[in-house]
Amino acid sequence: MTSTFLPDKRTGPGVDLPPPSAAAARGRARRRVFHWLTAVGFQLPALVLFIVLVLLPILFALYAAFFRWGGFGMPSDYIGTENFTRAFDDPVFLGDLWRCLVLVVLSLALQLPFALAMAVLLNQRFRGRAVYRMLFFAPYVLSEAITGVLFSMIFAPGDGLADQILGSVGLDGIGGEWFADPSMVMATLFLVMTWKYFGFHMMLYLAGLQSIPKELTEAALIDGANAWQRFRSVTLPLLAPTLRISVFLSVIGAIQLFDLVWVVTQGGPDHHSETMAVTMFQFGFKRYQVGYASAISVVMFGISLVFALAYQRFVLRRDLEGATTTMRGGGK
Amino acid sequence: MTVRSKSRARRTLPLHVVLIVVGAVMAVPLLYAVLSGFKSTDQLSDNPFGLPDPWVGSNYTGILGSGSFWRLVGNSTLIAVATTVLVVAVSALAAFSFARFAFRGRELLFTLFTMGLMFPFAVAALPLFLLLRSLGLLDNPLGVILPQAAFGLPMTIIILRGFFREIPGELEEAATLDGCGPFGFFWRVLLPMARPALGTVSVLAVVTSWNNFFLPLLVFTDSTWWTIPIGVQQFQGQYSADTARVFAYLVLAMVPALAFYSVAERQLVGGLTAGATKG
Repeated sequence: MTSTFLPDKRTGPGVDLPPPSAAAARGRARRRVFHWLTAVGFQLPALVLFIVLVLLPILFALYAAFFRWGGFGMPSDYIGTENFTRAFDDPVFLGDLWRCLVLVVLSLALQLPFALAMAVLLNQRFRGRAVYRMLFFAPYVLSEAITGVLFSMIFAPGDGLADQILGSVGLDGIGGEWFADPSMVMATLFLVMTWKYFGFHMMLYLAGLQSIPKELTEAALIDGANAWQRFRSVTLPLLAPTLRISVFLSVIGAIQLFDLVWVVTQGGPDHHSETMAVTMFQFGFKRYQVGYASAISVVMFGISLVFALAYQRFVLRRDLEGATTTMRGGGK
Repeated sequence: MTVRSKSRARRTLPLHVVLIVVGAVMAVPLLYAVLSGFKSTDQLSDNPFGLPDPWVGSNYTGILGSGSFWRLVGNSTLIAVATTVLVVAVSALAAFSFARFAFRGRELLFTLFTMGLMFPFAVAALPLFLLLRSLGLLDNPLGVILPQAAFGLPMTIIILRGFFREIPGELEEAATLDGCGPFGFFWRVLLPMARPALGTVSVLAVVTSWNNFFLPLLVFTDSTWWTIPIGVQQFQGQYSADTARVFAYLVLAMVPALAFYSVAERQLVGGLTAGATKG
């Protein structure tokens, strides 16, 4: 609402009525400075933490990306944009970009529609729906490391649960070597990601669905719209703000994917599941090519930033207000 | 009546079939892990699907009886609590200023924090590691706590700011008339009223810290301060041949997070949806 700690409203007991003079103008100016200092003083601890541990490291990565540097002392061997041209010549890094795109497309084409379907099902009233909701969301609260280890054992070639089940119904070998198979590893990874993350998107959609007034779908029903028409013409447009945000989070998540891949495959077999963050980690922390790894960080940052700004500019802007008002009850 | 309920049952039958299938896919990996933990590794390869015969409790009791597992739990707890206290305290102050003061530079500052939502942690990981190394914070819990708090700021500030803005201005005027300064109002009026929001952001911070893998992986080179996610990965590497035991370990490692989720479901889901949409 309105801020009451405005400079001119500070007329507590200690403040006399201002006489119309230069001294009063000075007093007002002093009060305004004091007010500003108070406001910024509250920000100070957060600002220091944020600048030192978030902004400076990112700016430093931007700087180090232009050097050949092993990570000790200060970078001194300036090589211009060589690290960047090297990245865009490196088949592994180009593969990272391609795999990121594949995961984004799979998520948007399969995972999110699936999450939406589940949300629509669970938005109906029936016994046991709270149990399903809780079960579908549960994997989201598990650590990626735990999820990764669990599924590396379930998809262990031969004696893992997945092969045992397929074997028992006579479909041996349909998954091949799963995570060890270059042609299967991304599909298997996507399965695990869907298991872990679709519940989160489903919860977002459920919150969105519950904020759609019943009167609207009822009015459509009276107008003779069938279930699909009601969904298509009433529910979906009203859910659009939520959908756009879920798409945004899904893409940002794909860009920075690391934990799950690192735990399960470390990017293997032969780079076939490597992501940008994994490549960065390999060069930065294993091979001590910190300058090159910084360049990869910067490209990741650039992609996130361009995507986020473009998305905000062209997709989110017009309904940001709607999203915040419809979801206001979400936190309670 | 019966005709209607029968047709209703027929109509909802596909719904239930779909949900049961999806529910099975979600639950089977978890149940399989629990049951496998009660088997010996030989039993597991002979009898992957059935109930354990006999039930072997030694995998679980062995892990619970060893100090190393409890050490991980203790480390994860300490780090999660410290991160949460820090990020919530600092964010509450900042969010108060954003929500209740009009001052020059406010929008710029707020944009700066919201941009933080788009910075993937991996971008900062490398220089952050170098910074922590030069500060001597490697193998020190502060090396995880401080960056986690810093990266948690944007989300926490955004959620709290939204909540603080909804508290009516009249309350503030009344408090000011009663002689409350800005900090007095913040401390004695706003924070007690904001308890649900503080609960929400605290739950989010606890879960994020508890599950963090990347940062502890970088910062903790020796096992003194390892957290649960690191411990799980190491345990699998160490006992990869003893599958049943790794399953038992996994299950025990999941229990705290799932227990916390069952207690704090409302705050967690509410916080995630509010955070996502307000960001």
